[in-house]
Parts: sequence; C-alpha cells; structure tokens
Amino acid sequence: MPGSVSAPGKRRFPIHIVVFIAPGAVIYTLFLIYPLLDSLRIGFFGNETDGGGFVGFRNYALLLFDPDWSERFRGAFVNSLIFFFINVFVQTPVALMLAALLANKTRFSTFYRTAIFVPAVLSLVIVAFVWQLILSPVWGVSRDLMGLFGLAQFFQPWLGLQETALTTLALISVWQFLGIPMMLFYAALLSIPEELTEAARIDGASSWNVFWDIKFPLLLPIIGIVTLLTYIGNMSAFDVIFAVKGPLAGPNFSTDTLMTFFYRTFFGTGFQQPNPVMGGAVAGATFIILMAGVAAYFFLWQRRVRSYEL
Amino acid sequence: MKLLKGLTLGAMASALLLPTAVVAQDKVELVIESWRADDLVIWQDTILPAFEAANPGIDVEFRPTPNTDYSTALSTKLQAGTAGDLIMVEPFDFRLQMYLDGDLANLTDLEGMENFSDTAKSAWSTDDRTEFFGVPLAAVLHGWIYNADIFEELGLSEPTTAAEFTALLEAVKEDGRYTPIAMGTSQDFVPGLLGFQLIGPNYWKGENGRAAVIDGSLSFDDPAFVDIWKELASWGPHLVQGYQGVSYPDMQNLFTLGTSAVYPAGSWEIPIFNSAVDGAFKMGAFIPPAVDANGECFFNDHMDMGIGMNANAKHPEEARKFLTWLTSEEFAKIWADAMPGFFPLSTHAVQTDDPLANTFASWREQCGSTPRISYQIISRGEPNLDAEINRVTALVMNGEMAPEEAAGVVQEGLASWYEPQQGN
Repeated sequence: MPGSVSAPGKRRFPIHIVVFIAPGAVIYTLFLIYPLLDSLRIGFFGNETDGGGFVGFRNYALLLFDPDWSERFRGAFVNSLIFFFINVFVQTPVALMLAALLANKTRFSTFYRTAIFVPAVLSLVIVAFVWQLILSPVWGVSRDLMGLFGLAQFFQPWLGLQETALTTLALISVWQFLGIPMMLFYAALLSIPEELTEAARIDGASSWNVFWDIKFPLLLPIIGIVTLLTYIGNMSAFDVIFAVKGPLAGPNFSTDTLMTFFYRTFFGTGFQQPNPVMGGAVAGATFIILMAGVAAYFFLWQRRVRSYEL
Repeated sequence: MKLLKGLTLGAMASALLLPTAVVAQDKVELVIESWRADDLVIWQDTILPAFEAANPGIDVEFRPTPNTDYSTALSTKLQAGTAGDLIMVEPFDFRLQMYLDGDLANLTDLEGMENFSDTAKSAWSTDDRTEFFGVPLAAVLHGWIYNADIFEELGLSEPTTAAEFTALLEAVKEDGRYTPIAMGTSQDFVPGLLGFQLIGPNYWKGENGRAAVIDGSLSFDDPAFVDIWKELASWGPHLVQGYQGVSYPDMQNLFTLGTSAVYPAGSWEIPIFNSAVDGAFKMGAFIPPAVDANGECFFNDHMDMGIGMNANAKHPEEARKFLTWLTSEEFAKIWADAMPGFFPLSTHAVQTDDPLANTFASWREQCGSTPRISYQIISRGEPNLDAEINRVTALVMNGEMAPEEAAGVVQEGLASWYEPQQGN
C-alpha cells in the first residue's frame, strides 16, 4: 500500500529539523540575540543614583536634547557619516576600477590581485601601527617620499591635526579593506558572459561603451550590496580609531564616532565613570541609525535596481 | 596478600604525604591584585622574598592585570568574591567609591600608618580625612630632564626662572642643531599631564592653590591659570617639527637618541631613560622654573600607588601583617633601590644610588610639593575636568585655541556641576 506512509493523520513531528536547528539557535540566542535585547533594555532604565527603575525614553531624550550629551552625540554621528562617505566615495570607485583592470587578463594580474587583497587579512593593530609609522613626522617616510616629487613643504602631521585626522583614518580604512569590494566586483565581472560583450563589439561598441552600457548595469546589484556592507561596517567604525587615537578620539573629539562615544560612555575612561544606562541608549540609537540605513537600502535601492538573468 | 599490600602502600603513601599536607595547611597564601605588570619581576625576586624570609608562614603572590583592564577586572573579581586579599589602589577618586561601597577595608588603625604624613595618606582617604583605606607605596615627581652634554656644548645652565627657561629654549633654537623640547601632542594626556600639570604648580602656588580651587575661592579663569596656558602656547616653535603628530613613545625616543635639549619628565621615566641612554650622554634634572626670581617654587609630587585590603579578605590578619611591613624602613629601602623614580612615601629617610632620582628627591626639601590638581573631588562630574584639561591644553599647544578661551571653557565646564565654583 503505497499511500499509507504519507496519510495525513499519521504524519510524524519532524523532530530531525529541531535537532539540526537547535545548536545554532541556542548559541545564537544566548550570545547574540539576548545580549542585544538586554543592551537595548538597559537603555530604558535609570542609574543607581536615580533609583534604577524604568525611566522610559529619558536616556534617549538626554542624548538628543541635553546640551552636554547631544553635542557629543551629534559630533559622533556626523563623524561616522563622514567616515562612511569617504569610504563609499573612495573605496567603491577605486575597487571597481581595479577590478575592471584586473578582469582583463594582463601580465602580473594575479600578483596585483593578491597584493591589493593582502592588507584585508592583516590584523588591524598592525595596520594602525604601520600607518602611524609611515605618517610619523619624526621617523615616517612620507615626508621623504613627498620630497622626491618636490612636495615636502606640503607634509603635515595629518593624524594629529583636527581638520585632517578623521579623513586620514578613513583613508587608512579604505586602504586596508579595498581588496574585499574589489574581489566582489572582480567575481561579478567574470560572471558576465562573453557573448554579451562580443555581440556589442560586433555591433561596433568601444571598450568604454561596453563597460558603461553592458557591464556596469549588470554590476549595479553588487554595488548596492557593497555599499550596504560599507554602511554597516563604517557607521560602527571603532577599531582603527581606537588603535590610533585611544578612547578619547582626539584631537578635540575630531575622530569621535558613534562606537568610540559608546565605548567611553559604557566602559568609562580615566576619571569618567562607566555609565551603562546611557551606554545602552547610545547603543540603541546606533542600532536605529543602522536599521534606518538598511531599510533605505531595501526600499529605495533594491526595489528599483533590475537584476538580469544571464 | 593483595589486601595487605594495598594497606602497606596506602600507609606509606600517607606517611609520605602527611608532612607536606601539614606544611601546606600552615602556609597562608596572599595574593596582590595590581595594574603594574611592569614591576612583576621586582616584586617576585626582590620585595616579596624579603618579607617571606621574615614571615615563613606567609606566601605572597603578585598577580598583575594589564593596566587598561585593571578597573573592570578588579570590580568583576570583587563582585564574584575571587579578588586577592591585597589590592593595589590608584590614588584619590579612582578607588574611593570602592571603599565607600564596602569593598575595601578600613585601614585607619593599621599599625605603622603613623609612618606617613597626612598629605601622603590623603590620596587614599575619605574627603574629611578621617578614614584611610590604603597604605601609601610610592609617589612620582614631575620635572625637566636635560641632556647635560648639549647644555655643556652650548654653554647653557639650569634655568631657575621662567624667563631664563625661555632664553634657554631660544638659545637652543638659535644654534639649530638640536630640538629645544622633545615633546609631541598627538596623545591627549601628554599636553595635560606633562605640560599643564608639570609647570602649573608654580602658577597656582602648590597646595594652597589646589585647596582654593576645591573650596571655590580660585577659579580656572584666574590670570594665574591663563598664564599657564600662555606659557604652553609659547612652546610651539620649540617643539619637534610636526609635533601635533608625535606620540609619547616618539618623544621619549627623540630625547634618548640625544636630539633634544630638555624633556618634560615624570620620574617614572628615570629607569627607562637610564637603560635607553645607557651612558651615551649625561643627563641632569631641574625643577620647573619659578614664575619669577623671588617667587616660591612648587612642583608636582604625585601619590601614585597604594595598597589596600579586600574587605572580605580570607586572611585579614596576615594581610594586615604584610601591610604593616610595607610601612617599615626595611621596605622603604628595598623599594627605593629596586624602583628608582617611584619614591617611597614614608617618613623614613632613604637614599638611592641613582643620581637622577636623588636630584628629583632633593626638590622635596627646597620646594613645596602638590599632587595633580584635577585628581581629587573636582573631577567627579560631567564634563570631566581632567579630560577637559587634557583636551584644551592640546588645542592651546597646537595653536588652535587661545589661552583665555581655554581658561573660560575649563571654568565653565567645572562650574556647570561643581557647586563651590558656581557664582565665580
């Protein structure tokens, strides 16, 4: 009787599915979801000094409207945005250009591909240290290198100046992670079928036209993904700033981002006492900012970009 | 047969084990929590053996945590009940709250506390100075270390007034071969700690000025403070080229490589410099020059390390015994010899073999000492005074803020939460 196994009333509970899901679900819940929700929760509670009870949105109101808090919060938010924009507008075009160059099989292209990717696998602490040395006004090679081109008088201690420190750090971050979007673009370019470009060439299109009219539209979805990843990675930028500038994100808070601000608030530094409840509020606000960006991506970009079946 | 054999073996084993077990029971083990990982070898090989030799029943272990994690690690251990019986404590407001919360024991009546001056003890006391929770271990002193070879070559001598100091900087700059001051402002604490706190005491007149700021009768926009930032601003042309990007290790290296005339030092740098310079040139030290020729002189003599006791210590008696030993002359001698640059705080007169350290120590007899101005009481609110001083001093030295504006910003920040300063 072939039908008896799948008879409706006798269907067994799919216990194997639970068994397979459980380890991942338990670990993920315990170490990611629970801490995330709990850090959001403490943002709604008071300090020991004011009783510690539920205070609703008071901490968020302090963060947005209290002059001391809001000035730092706004500064950190603007700096994070600048950090992100520098990354997007420098990293993405350069990575795209390099990928387009490497996709044409040229000599040494494997070497260049590896060389450009190497910094991405280095420890950030090493990258920060090396760049501090390169840019050091005392030992650094930058002044001498610039001198070769007669530019020595334009050398500045960029990491130490208020006006340039954040841009310099953002460019260090671009340098380090350039290889990752480059590889994504490279893979996408390779997956574009030869027939398309060949057909275009036969129709008389130049290489320039082939790239902008055929390849670029096909790359748009991946450019969107790269921008989204850059947004998530850089609005929460912390490590490079902390490694070079420490928790005070000097000079004069000019490199202070949402995450260094969170670190100072939550863990304290020097005489500044740890303030977990305000730290929770900063984390919550950052979460909302990140979510808003991701939502904008899905509603404004992904719905409009056309993907082609190749 | 088998049973008998087993019994014999068992008896033999217990006979062998028994004596050691008895000894292990007798030995009390004390653990010192500390952030001074650098000093591990000195504690293990020099200080603790001396105590253990005199007290065979007590084993002391020095167990440091990296200094950046100390605060978090310590409070976690105290909460979990796994902290050692002895706890090294930073001065003033760093650990006062821990005492008030009942995590640190009251050591007011500890035998030997009379060997410390009230000033030394004040760094580990309640605000009214009636209860003490730390045995003072060591102080660090601030002053200028100079390259004596360069001084000789250029015919310079130790300056005693601010005007002479400026002339000295000009002379080195004029010569052109050396950087006058090995200093960079890339790390925030350098301008604040090694600039403002170094030359400041002469301007605010030491302890009197510090007390006056705390009781509200002297404010940071007073001309005395503006003059500090004015002097710091005037250093700009005399610092390393590109000093805004020069870090603390860089400036140390620049001095020990013999490229600069003077260095704004803390005495903790004496052993570091001794080994880095290694006789390549002679070093000397002078006290931050007085504001004018007949003015009194003051310098920064800062209580830096103390040791307290865990309020829930497992062996409080032995721990107190150890703490009392730390107040003895014997300990002061061992410490002074082992750690030049960290000066014992007890009233026993001890000398070291290090000429540079002795120069620093001699200032205590000539001039008034005072701890860092922002470390007690006035850094308890937001915006944090100590962080603000670091921030604005860096701006002043980088030429991005006027001295008067810096004074105004610091005063306004302090007055926004500190009542005695309101209405100034």
